[in-house]
This record gives sequence, structure tokens and C-alpha cells, in this order.
Amino acid sequence: MSADDLTPRQTEGVLHPEVRAPSDESERGPGGERLQHAEAASKPIRADAPREPQPRGAKVRGNRPIDQAEAAERFLAAPMHQKAHDERLWDVRRKRDVAAHGIPEWEELRELASQIKTHTLTHLDRYLEQFEAAAQANGVHVHWAEDGADHNRIVLDILRKHGAKSLVKSKSMLTEECGFRHFMAAHEIDVIETDLGERIQQLDDEEPSHVVMPAVHKTRLDVAEVFARTLGTDPDNDDAHYLAESQRETTRPLILKADAGLTGCNFAIAETGTVVTCTNEGNADLSGNVPPLQIHSIGIEKLIPRVEHLGVFIRLLSRSALGSPITQYTSHFRGPRPGTEMHMVLVDNGRSERLGMEEFWTSLKCIRCGACMNTCPVYRRSGGLSYGATYSGPIGLIIDPTFNKRKYSTLPFSSTMNGSCTNVCPVKINIHEQIFAWRKVLAEEHRIPLLKQGMMKAAGAVLSRPAAYRAAIQTADSALRVLPRFAVYNPANTWGKKREMPHAPRQSFHAWYRENRMKKGQDA
Amino acid sequence: MSARETILARLRANRPAGDFPLPDVPRFPPLVGDDLVAEFTERLGKMGGRVERAGSPSDPFAPVRSRLDGAAVIASAVPEFSGNRDLAAVAMPTEVNDVDVAVVRARFGVAETGSVLFTQDDLIVNAVAYLAQHLIVLLDPADILVNVQAAYKRPDFGQAAYAVLHTGPSATADIEGVLIHGAQGVRSLTVLLLQRKKQAA
Ligand code: SF4
Repeated sequence: MSADDLTPRQTEGVLHPEVRAPSDESERGPGGERLQHAEAASKPIRADAPREPQPRGAKVRGNRPIDQAEAAERFLAAPMHQKAHDERLWDVRRKRDVAAHGIPEWEELRELASQIKTHTLTHLDRYLEQFEAAAQANGVHVHWAEDGADHNRIVLDILRKHGAKSLVKSKSMLTEECGFRHFMAAHEIDVIETDLGERIQQLDDEEPSHVVMPAVHKTRLDVAEVFARTLGTDPDNDDAHYLAESQRETTRPLILKADAGLTGCNFAIAETGTVVTCTNEGNADLSGNVPPLQIHSIGIEKLIPRVEHLGVFIRLLSRSALGSPITQYTSHFRGPRPGTEMHMVLVDNGRSERLGMEEFWTSLKCIRCGACMNTCPVYRRSGGLSYGATYSGPIGLIIDPTFNKRKYSTLPFSSTMNGSCTNVCPVKINIHEQIFAWRKVLAEEHRIPLLKQGMMKAAGAVLSRPAAYRAAIQTADSALRVLPRFAVYNPANTWGKKREMPHAPRQSFHAWYRENRMKKGQDA
Repeated sequence: MSARETILARLRANRPAGDFPLPDVPRFPPLVGDDLVAEFTERLGKMGGRVERAGSPSDPFAPVRSRLDGAAVIASAVPEFSGNRDLAAVAMPTEVNDVDVAVVRARFGVAETGSVLFTQDDLIVNAVAYLAQHLIVLLDPADILVNVQAAYKRPDFGQAAYAVLHTGPSATADIEGVLIHGAQGVRSLTVLLLQRKKQAA
């Protein structure tokens, strides 16, 4: 069913009586204090602020290399969006720091998480077999999918067997990877996103721009415009409470009528055959507990050996993502409800290949917390959609080229190499080193068409306005600490020449340059 | 070869060289002080939930009376309170869509995060914990564990078909970072500290 089938009451967005009066403020606690849990709070943009059209993401043209710099330029040319995006993500990054500093054993937890993941990935065949056996013993149907197309076909098959025509799903980056929504639309299955951010993106026919906050690049004015167009809300009302409530009122009937529910997976436990999802809205629980058929899509790298290991990962995940001690809901799905069927689809889609890539396999440890994006100056100032890929930001730069080396050949250049991503990563992936490793690989394979137009053009576009850039990093100890020296002074770098940069000892740059660049020849 | 065999074979062939043992997870000291009720209360509060102490033995529900009085449909999964919607008689989860308040008992609480745990046995109808407008959770103060690590030592996770840690009400900040409760699930979560009834011997 679609929005067209809704009753007038539903499309008019009649509000539940409990919805608060329009207000610019987030919820308050019992003591009247402004709550800051689980999600971030940005400075509200005034309702009378001038409207600024939302900059759209990268132009995707088949297999042609994505021009991230071009999309980034457009994002930068929309100052309201750029500022809101940057500030919001930096706020989340700061909350992450506070949460991390609140745990004396933080570094030990990161090391443990990293080792547990490394161990699991190097014994993944065994753990998958153990998971499968445990899940089957729990009465779950287990399927294996080699790629996204396989996954989609398997799910369609399950739906057809049950005569299911509509499906509610909770946010899942894996299904984005598989192009699930488009595939299902082509087969006349209604897919309804239940995460608010993802729903906004679905209604606006856009991909999520961030792994944790899918619509973080949109202002409330953009959301008001999308909802007015698709849900029939008042186009002049951009109060966030009104908008969220309208979405709740229009989505719930679709959840109640859905024939099937699908969730992604944050962790899959080999020992017990359990799928764990972490959400703040409880939407995975709605998808898993309301419709008569439940499906869980699982990337095979999500495995961890035992329940006790959740004690490590759950403590790291939300603190790294949004700075909260835990998500509002941490849900453990192990077996079907009486009288219903439960299916789990184990999806490879390139992961087993990546395991064999010596320099890049540890990227499989990623738990998709988004911390590396929130801290990345390029990401914060260009928006996730500028990457033109399912995964954006620092982790995207590493894993996107493993999906398509030509299409994503320019992405590893969208980085300042400041190393901040590596510092915040809860599973200790050496992100910036892998980005650099990709540059070498791509240079050797001559897969860098943009290189000719100026080395580092992608990062350059983002960083080409020193004042704005310095504002972006105002909370860092000093600009020098995060500015990539080689990027600034590299003679092959067209954008480094034309602006004033903080003084940095040239000597050390030249030392770096001799070591890392000269020997590679002029084209590297 | 089936997809299963292909994937497993590739994982074996591509397995990185080296010995990567599974580390032992040490028992970390709790982040919280000795007063678990106070720690739990403070931390749940930060996540948008409320904690109330039970009223007098004759009316333990007094602190949440106003919430209950305004409700037309109350579904109770606990013996201490009788609602007007029998969860045991529910055939389809969608039937609990009109519930205003659900009253359930948590298996345990976690002081580090302010979370409470439910399994399918505690909820009777899992969906009621999300489709109801408001949730009232009974929790025995003696059932509060120190931290997340202690929670995952509990056998419930290996036994229950469904187990869920709730930490406050449904929340979102997907629209410009403004925090909103009741994004999709319950609009409020109130924990009422009330001892478990002793099981009849
Ligand atoms: S790479 Fe690390 S920081 Fe980035 S999303 Fe993955 S786990 Fe988080």
C-alpha cells in the first residue's frame, strides 16, 4: 500500500493530542533540563531563515568515476546546509569524546573489540557454520546469498511464498548495498522505511547520506518541503515535532498492514544464532514484532563469537556513534514468535573477496558507528551524498573501491589524511593508512582520471575556503594539528597554492614528500 | 556449488595468514557507585525515562495514577495491576495498536545505562512494548545489575526467543537534531520501583 491509500485523516497529518505545541526546543527532562541523550542537538535554524534549496548529491553516471569534488562544490555553495551539517556532526563528535572519556577502560575496549573482530574474521567459516546450526536449532530458516542480487531474489521468494505484498523495514546499509528497495519496487512489493531519517530519504527518493543519521544533510525546511509534497503536511509548518508526529501518524497504518518485516543486523552471535539490532526509535522491533513474517538481512562480517562479547561492542557502539551510553533499544532476535516464520539471510556481496585483500581486509571489522564520518572535515563539509556511494566518509573511501574500482576510483582522494578517523574508530581500523594504500593501488593502475586535473582536487574543493575551514575545525587545538601538510604544500596540488595556510615547518613536509611521493614518480 | 559452499570456500581460501586468538574479556570495574537505584535513576533520566518509587502498599501505583487515569485502554502483563485489555487473548500483534498504556515487568535493570530487559515472556505480546503510547515498567530494585557486562552474563540472552534492552522511550533526532520522543514507539517510559511478588511456595 502507498500513501495514496491513506484515509484523509491520515494524509492530513492530524496530530495525536499529545504532540507538543510548536517549539524550537528538544525534549526536556523531569527537572526541566534539556535532554541530550542518544541523539545530537544542533542550533535550531530560525523558521524565518531564507529558504535555500537542498544541494543534491553526486551525479551518478553508470560506471563513470564519481566526481565528488563537483558535488562537494555544490554543497559548499549552500551555506545554510553546509553550516548546519558541519555543526551537527561536530556536536556529535564532541559528545563521543565526552562519552569515551567517561570510561577509564576505553582504549582497552577498543583493543578488545579489534581483536575479537580480527579473530572472528579469520575464522569466519567456522563461526558462520556455528551460527547457522544454532539458528536452525532455534527454528529459523537460514539462507545464503553470494551477492546483492541473490539476497533480493531470496527475500522476494520468501515474500511470494507467503503472498506478501508489503514489507516494513528498519534501516539497513546492507540492503542499500543490494539496491533492495528499487528491486522490490520493480516486483510490485511496497517497501516502507520505518526509521524516520530513512523514511525522509525514501520519500525524497534519495539514498541515506550517513550510516547512523540518514537525513543529516537536510534542514527542517527541506523535511517540511518533502512531507508537504508526499504526506500532505502544512508546507509552512517546519516545526520538527509537527513533522515527526505527522510521519508517525502516516507510517503506523502502513506498519499495521504490512505482510512482512525486515531488519538489518548490528551483530550476529555465533553461539546462540541471535541477531542484534540497535535503534533509537524501536523501529527494528516494530518490523520484527508486528507483521506475521520476519526477515533479517545479515552481512557475514557481523558475526561475533559469544553473547559475552556484546558486553564489549554494545558499550562502544552508541558512545562512538552519538555519544550516548547505549541506544534506546538493543534488541536480540533469536527465534520466531509462535505461529510465525523467521528467516535470516547471510549475505557475502564482496566480503569474502575483501578478506583476501592484504591491505584492506581489516576494514571488515567496521561496526558502522559513523564516528569516522562525524570527525572527517571533508565529510562534514561536503555531505554524504557527494560520495555517490552507499558508504561515504572515511570508511567509504576504503570499502567503496572494493565494490567497483573504476566508479569509486576518485574517492580515496577525498581525505585530508589527518588521521582523526583512525583515532576515533572503536574497532581500531587504520583508516587513513588504508586510504593512502588505495591511492597507491589506484595510481599504479592508472585509475585516477581526476588526478590530471589537479592532485587532491576532491579534498581541495572542500578545504579551499580557509575561513570556513578554520571554522569547521575551531574546536581542534590548532589548525596545524589537523591540516595535512603534504596536502597543503604539495607542489602538484593546485588548490594548495592559492591560499594562505598556517605556517608549518617546510622541512618536515619535504622529508615526508621525499619519502612518500618522490620515489613514486611525478604521477603519484 | 551452492552459495553457502562458495562463500565458505572463499573465506577459507582468502583467510589472512597469522594467528589471531580470541582475547579473554576481563571483568571491568563498574562505572557506577554502590547505590544502584540512584545510579539507575539518574542514567535512565538522561535517556528520557522516569523512575518513580512505588506508593503505599495499599496503592503502589499512586505515582503513575495520573498516567493511568487518562488512559482508555490499558494492557497489563503483570499480576499487580489489572488492565482492561487481556494480552493473553491477543491473536495478532496489530490488535494492541489502540493501547494507551501498557504495564509490564522488567526482568532486570542495568545501572550503567538505565536500561531494563524484557523477554517475550515478560511482554506476552512483544509488539505492545512499541505500539502502546506509554509504557509503565515494574522493576524490583533488587534486580538492578551494575553494568552492561553483567547483563550479558545473564542466561536470558541464550534462552529467550526475543530479548530487548529498553533505555527510555522511542527517540529520534533525525530532523535537524531536535530530540523528539515517540518517533515510532512509545512516547514515554516510566519505571516504577516495586518489589516482585514472592512466588507462592
Ligand atoms: S570505520 Fe570505525 S569509525 Fe568508521 S564507521 Fe566503521 S567502526 Fe565506526
